[in-house]
Amino acid sequence: MENRRTPLYDFHIAHGARMVAFAGWDMPVQYPAGIKAEHLACRSGAALFDVSHMAQIEVNGDGADALLERLTPTDLEAIKDGRVRYSLFLNETGGVLDDLMIARFEGALHLVVNAGRAAHDISHLKAHLIGADTRIKVHDKRALLALQGPGAATVLGDLGLDLDGFVFMDIGRFMLAGVECVVTRSGYTGEDGFEISMAASAAETIATLLAARDDVFICGLGARDTLRMEAGLPLWGHELDETINPVMAGLRFVLSKRRREAGDFLGAKQILQDWDFGPKRTLVGLLPTGGRPVRDGTKLIMDGTPVGSVTSGGFAPSLDAPAAIGLVESQLAEPGTALIAATRGRETTVHVACLPFVPHRYVRGS
Amino acid sequence: MLKFSEDHEWARLDAEICSVGISPHAVEQLGDIVFVELPEIGTIVDKGDEVAVIESVKAASDIYSPAAGQITEVNNALLDDLSSITPESAMENWLFKLKISDISDLDQLMDEDAYKASVG
Repeated sequence: MENRRTPLYDFHIAHGARMVAFAGWDMPVQYPAGIKAEHLACRSGAALFDVSHMAQIEVNGDGADALLERLTPTDLEAIKDGRVRYSLFLNETGGVLDDLMIARFEGALHLVVNAGRAAHDISHLKAHLIGADTRIKVHDKRALLALQGPGAATVLGDLGLDLDGFVFMDIGRFMLAGVECVVTRSGYTGEDGFEISMAASAAETIATLLAARDDVFICGLGARDTLRMEAGLPLWGHELDETINPVMAGLRFVLSKRRREAGDFLGAKQILQDWDFGPKRTLVGLLPTGGRPVRDGTKLIMDGTPVGSVTSGGFAPSLDAPAAIGLVESQLAEPGTALIAATRGRETTVHVACLPFVPHRYVRGS
Repeated sequence: MLKFSEDHEWARLDAEICSVGISPHAVEQLGDIVFVELPEIGTIVDKGDEVAVIESVKAASDIYSPAAGQITEVNNALLDDLSSITPESAMENWLFKLKISDISDLDQLMDEDAYKASVG
């Protein structure tokens, strides 16, 4: 089957992107500057990413909140109009089916889910529909751009957006170069930043306008991955899957108080047990010694016994050193603990470290 | 004599000493290189042995010996500045030199035209 293309496919080619297949899409993994330069540009300035492969789903009607409360541990009542929450679709045993953003905006719920999980998520939502008047609409004629980095707000301010009082996890409607956009102050880099949704037909105009600026660097999925790893942000299929629950993944903040007390979400029993008594395994940062990266799937060993594995591993440009995230037995989650990462006969000593590797720099409300 | 392997290594034979590096295509595909491990001088290797490692931000690439022989020199200068390994410099940046036992080991490798055709 042919891979899908975002509305910016021609834009990527014109900018010299190296395209790769990702979750059924042709996506830019990097541009000629390379992953390190793109990564560092995002940490120091403003970086533009095409994330149109992610699915934008609208849920509305009287049963919308009940549907999302059934499938996630989020307190939907607590999401005011104009606000966004990070959330998780859970299974019966507390494992994670996908992670997602839920925004309440102009009376409807707007979800953004992973490209590779979109088909699953849509059928999951439809299978749990409550009441005939709940509607699920997939916005497949929309594009999504991310503008990330400490300079992102200045760029959008220059282009006429009034961001006064618009803080981390806010959602609003803005005009950008004559195009109506729905913007959230959020992202996947650990930096301040924005995700900008617009009609697919307008995406190239907006991307070209942003990329033409001296203070904006275009970045591919390679840098997106190294940025999110440094920021300790999970990637489904790596730090999250159907066998990893939110407590193990260090995502206790997703489990809202009201929902924990009610215990009325899928997987609540197992998750609340881990909440109270601690999980058997825990996600940790890992810093390899000797300069050689350890990669996803590498077994972690202590005293000859397997104690976990690397979930994401590679190079952290901001640290100028290799870094990784791994799932280890919880008694070994203490920072400084030395483990052996073993691949194909090679052994690398790694030290457990706190996540994130690079502090988040979100612009929060007072 | 200059030859290329399917694994994107080049081998340049000068008398019985063979210099080995990776092709411009390989460097371009790897992207930013962040780690290189070279063999020890004196190591006896077989054709196809994994003798060096190059890792980029995203990927790891094993470097295999194109022939049986003994490692005579390694290019430690590369380790001081990994950013010097670029597609433009790839044909000059040898990784190690090998004293070849049997020159016919190189017969199975491609010549430059065949290699260039294979990577498009």
